[in-house]
Amino acid sequence: MPATTMSKAGRDQSHARVFDLSQHSLRELNQALHKLTPGSNETAWEVLNPKGSHSVAVGVDQPVSIDVRGSVGYYCAGMNNGATITVHGSAGPGVGENMMSGTIVIKGDASQYAGATGRGGLLIIEGNASSRCGISMKGIDIVVHGNIGHMSAFMAQSGNLVVLGDAGDALGDSIYEARLFVRGKVESLGADCIAKEMRPEHIELLQGLLDKAGVTGVKASEFKRYGSARKLYNFNIDNADAY
Amino acid sequence: MCGIVGLFLKDKALEPKLGAMLSEMLVSLSDRGPDSAGIAIYGALSKNEAKITIQSAKPERDFRGLDAELAKAVGAPVSIAVNSTHAVIRTTPDKVDAAREALQSLRPDIRIMGAGEAVEIYKEVGLPETVVDRFHVRTMTGTHGIGHTRMATESAVTTMGAHPFSTGADQCLVHNGSLSNHNNVRRELIRDGMKFETENDTEVAAAYLSNRMAHGKNLGEALEGTLSDLDGFFTFVVGTKNGFGVVRDPIACKPAVMAETDQYVAFGSEYRALTKLPGIDNARVWEPEPATVYFWEH
Repeated sequence: MPATTMSKAGRDQSHARVFDLSQHSLRELNQALHKLTPGSNETAWEVLNPKGSHSVAVGVDQPVSIDVRGSVGYYCAGMNNGATITVHGSAGPGVGENMMSGTIVIKGDASQYAGATGRGGLLIIEGNASSRCGISMKGIDIVVHGNIGHMSAFMAQSGNLVVLGDAGDALGDSIYEARLFVRGKVESLGADCIAKEMRPEHIELLQGLLDKAGVTGVKASEFKRYGSARKLYNFNIDNADAY
Repeated sequence: MCGIVGLFLKDKALEPKLGAMLSEMLVSLSDRGPDSAGIAIYGALSKNEAKITIQSAKPERDFRGLDAELAKAVGAPVSIAVNSTHAVIRTTPDKVDAAREALQSLRPDIRIMGAGEAVEIYKEVGLPETVVDRFHVRTMTGTHGIGHTRMATESAVTTMGAHPFSTGADQCLVHNGSLSNHNNVRRELIRDGMKFETENDTEVAAAYLSNRMAHGKNLGEALEGTLSDLDGFFTFVVGTKNGFGVVRDPIACKPAVMAETDQYVAFGSEYRALTKLPGIDNARVWEPEPATVYFWEH
């Protein structure tokens, strides 16, 4: 790694290691991030000029903070395990795919299948998310300030999807045990997904998620809960029409 | 995969840079498809003039003396501007059909890329960089254009299998995806008088739109029809003499990003394609909705 990339950044990230993708390759960035070891002092990173690059900051497994200044392409922050990654722009398809733990914040919009198969951690999308948000999620929490597209939470297994806006067609199709909270309207529900009662424990859970995601001015009681009718877990000929 | 781009200028001051901007956009998506690349560019209209873009595997042999032979055949002035394996023939609009027919007998090996008052189409096997360099696309001017870089799935990697496909005057289309009912739709269109050059699925989509517009539909209505009549995966970007449109199938798994400013409307398969456009940081950037038709006209 050339010494020039070690330069100290300016005002708001006084100790951040700045990595300019117009000067250095994506592979150099990701290799530098992968070389981090527990207890490293390089806890703050800033990535400049991403310009829609794919796979920015994938596979980070240390609790560092990474600020990406601009919009990214496919698969940003995939497999994140413990880092706090903020994209100051929009994200392409597959942001935070298979996240294990940590936090990802997208200041703009996210494209298709945000948080797909995520197993843990928190993904916050401050704009809208496109289709298939949280598809096959397995424990991740996703909070979307805007709307989500069609086929979101398809086959979602566990975790929580919180949507402050509206949801598109076929929400939660073939869902297992993930919980879906939508404040706006739902275009349609997918197979085996139903509206469920908001009991006190759900209000409490949702309020905790809203607080964790820094959402203010919105009450947990404004949301509806959706989840599995549990008719499609095992094949039963009586339910054949539901598939 | 495939990568597609489109650029529709609102600001006339950008027109001299259309070719350069479109080339930049297309080259940035090279790794979405290395097989072949193509571009359709809509230039300024000249009064009482129409253009036919032709292609030959042996340009020196086929293009030599062609203008004089064609002029004699159609009985009107004909000029030819050779550009590598392609050439643009200019004649009066009423002689276009006669010139197309004459080309078939004078130069049977020549392929017609497209025709119209505004459009020129350049496409070849190779990377986008190679193709835009070969045809000097960066120096081209115009009002709007579309481009494509191909990763072939449904038909052979050949010049004629490259996009854009043009099946009507000043009409062309680029496609990311694959159609599953193209054979049946092709048969129906042939029955209605449409002609096909290839076995390619995208050519069917282009011909479908041309056919609908020939039946009196506008671009928006023709695009709307693709949602019910074409089965498969598609993001289409289309050009007409004065317009530019986008539609995605209802599943919308093929990527698409759009940007709009006071100066232009731009389309890219990915945001990467848009990053060098002027004022992109303050543009309205959005993902086109599934099963929704977008179009702009001058």
